[in-house]
Amino acid sequence: MSVFINGIGLISPQQTADPALFLPDVMEYTADYLQVINPNYKEFINPIAARRMSRLIKMGITSAKIALADAGCQMPDAIITGTGLGSVEDTEKILTEMNAGEQLMNPTPFIQSTYNTISSQIAITLKCHNYNSTYVHRTFSFESALQDALMQFEEKVAANVLVGGIDEMTWNHLQITRRAGHWKTDPVNNLKLLSYHTPGAFAGEGAAYFLLGNERCLSTYSTLRDVKTIYNREKATHVEDAVKTFLSANELDVNQLDAVILGYNGDSRYDGLYDQLGSGIFRQTQQVWYKHLCGEYYTSTGFALWLGANILKHQLVPAAVRFNNLNPDRLQHILIYNQYQNINHSLFLISR
Amino acid sequence: MARRVVITGLGILSSIGRNLPETVESVLASKSGIGILQHLDSPHKDEFPFAEVPWSNKQLLELAQLTDSLGYSRNSLLGMIAAREAFLHASLDKLPRLRTGLISATTVGGMDRCELYFNDFITNDSKNKYIDVYDCADSTEKIADLLGIRDYITTISTACSSAANALLLGARMIRNGQLDRVVAGGTEALTSFHVNGFNALKILDKVPCRPFDANRNGITLGEGAAYLVLESEESASIGGREIIAELAGYGNACEAFHQTASTPDGKGAFLAMERALNISGINSSAIDYINAHGTGTDNNDIAEGLAIERLFGEKIPLVSSTKPFTGHMTSAAGSAEAILSILCLTHEIILPNLNLKTPMPELRFTPVTELIHESDVSTVMSNSFGFGGNNTSLIFKKVSNPKFQIPNTK
Repeated sequence: MSVFINGIGLISPQQTADPALFLPDVMEYTADYLQVINPNYKEFINPIAARRMSRLIKMGITSAKIALADAGCQMPDAIITGTGLGSVEDTEKILTEMNAGEQLMNPTPFIQSTYNTISSQIAITLKCHNYNSTYVHRTFSFESALQDALMQFEEKVAANVLVGGIDEMTWNHLQITRRAGHWKTDPVNNLKLLSYHTPGAFAGEGAAYFLLGNERCLSTYSTLRDVKTIYNREKATHVEDAVKTFLSANELDVNQLDAVILGYNGDSRYDGLYDQLGSGIFRQTQQVWYKHLCGEYYTSTGFALWLGANILKHQLVPAAVRFNNLNPDRLQHILIYNQYQNINHSLFLISR
Repeated sequence: MARRVVITGLGILSSIGRNLPETVESVLASKSGIGILQHLDSPHKDEFPFAEVPWSNKQLLELAQLTDSLGYSRNSLLGMIAAREAFLHASLDKLPRLRTGLISATTVGGMDRCELYFNDFITNDSKNKYIDVYDCADSTEKIADLLGIRDYITTISTACSSAANALLLGARMIRNGQLDRVVAGGTEALTSFHVNGFNALKILDKVPCRPFDANRNGITLGEGAAYLVLESEESASIGGREIIAELAGYGNACEAFHQTASTPDGKGAFLAMERALNISGINSSAIDYINAHGTGTDNNDIAEGLAIERLFGEKIPLVSSTKPFTGHMTSAAGSAEAILSILCLTHEIILPNLNLKTPMPELRFTPVTELIHESDVSTVMSNSFGFGGNNTSLIFKKVSNPKFQIPNTK
């Protein structure tokens, strides 16, 4: 049984909110972290409801609605969200008040800080009583959501599943997590991300929702064949072997891949893992990268899946995302490989 | 025909016991864990009762046989202790490895450290080792590292139904043949973040919570962790181990009504229970007991009560909420109450709904108020409903030959 990506809504630091467009211009920034380009949320959310919502919730509802409209679907059979951090802004509001010794009086930030708020607000907006869940596991968050979605199709309990990956960054959170060594300490020009050769990634944010369906339709981008996560705390996994195992489980060979999307994030400590693959098993494969466009965040593979699905739909690898230049003569199968600090690895396979 | 999912290990740590044997002792004595805050430094400590785990972080580190070199949140410590108890109870340490997963649930992750050190995080480097324990995945990865679980790990957060959804996912992955064994459950440490938040919502009762009482006035927050080992029947047959119960059904539904309130007639609750019955293939008349979500808020108990009446019609099972024992363990409530429900099967008891004096006039049924011994109970339902309308129901069935032994893990 095949699962199709039939609609996508992506809010990112690039001009991606209109599904009719595929990276017409690339946005260049010099910044401490990349922020999304906010669409006019009022077009998507009742302004009275929107007034109380934090930005993350608005990003979630809006990208979900774009995905549903793109696929022409009114009511999904399940809503599943992955978010590594949930509403950072609301959580900080509460912590700042508590830090100042104030008793929290306004419950709204507390309600919105709950990680499942995005999925449940989408359900409230759609009046959707179907299956609803939220995954919150670092760079496995979106992956777990997709795995749950794929299982819904296997169980034959769903024909359409809305599944998303969403995270936001704030200035405060950037400063705190810089102390723990996650990020570069100075502003970065996003398009020159790989020229710094310094420790730390370049942070970003985004919201990507996908409408997966069990039937091909006019709006279909690609099929979603498989998603795998690998927890590698002891660094015992040999990535090359893991890729081969994943592909052979899907009856594919490395040389049948037409492109591979790699999660380069500019962190000199860990990008070498991609280099090894690039000069190893993927040296004959068109390599693609994307985090210079959206930054690193726990659910950045939502951006990668949007990119891969569009490459297959448009049969085009935009120049801005090419890591090498092999100009494959067809684009049939794409692998996405991402890792964070060589602990959390994930693999996706999509086909035309 | 989907595979059967059975339970081979239980681990629980809460205000009523450090482990499963202590928990059994407490419930058989109808002993509540609700009392005065000892460890969390909250300005509300004299205003509300809490069901706090009566051990400091230092004592928990000793219980877990750890030093704090890595930086552990209370959330992780509670989770590690309970998950290890379940893992050892199922003898997974002694068996050849099959495909094993860990699905853990939490609502605020390592917030217990973050709220203490937030000022340091912003202004200095003194508490940097606690920065990465803030998120929800940290406790899950610490548990996975402790138990050596590598084949699949993830973390679920659906507010107060989180751990029930962890069990639901574990059962689905086994039924679909993706894993052979899953350690699933949830962990939650009491935090000022939660105390202040629930207080802002004005849903904390000033006396120990009174679910399904006409005079109920909110919840009593608790904390702790609980994990179950789920296995396929085939996997469970290895090593001559005892099967404790079967996880026979699960249902997930969304209220899609309001972020913090149920519909007056409990539509989401109804759908979750109905779906669990459908998956299990069990007729509603075969449910002997419902361990209700029963938080003690005005809204939950009426909505849940009416949904139970609507679904079960003339034959309403015995009902009780065990939150007056453990407090509301939020993200760990689903797995803690799953264990309490399973104890009803293994010990042939029905747990009482403590603190219930005046039944609700709106409901046709009255929950059980005294412990029932030698109950003929073979099928139980456990409800967990959360903010955002994330509602999940689970069904557990007695196995034919339950020679259940309480392990000596004290």
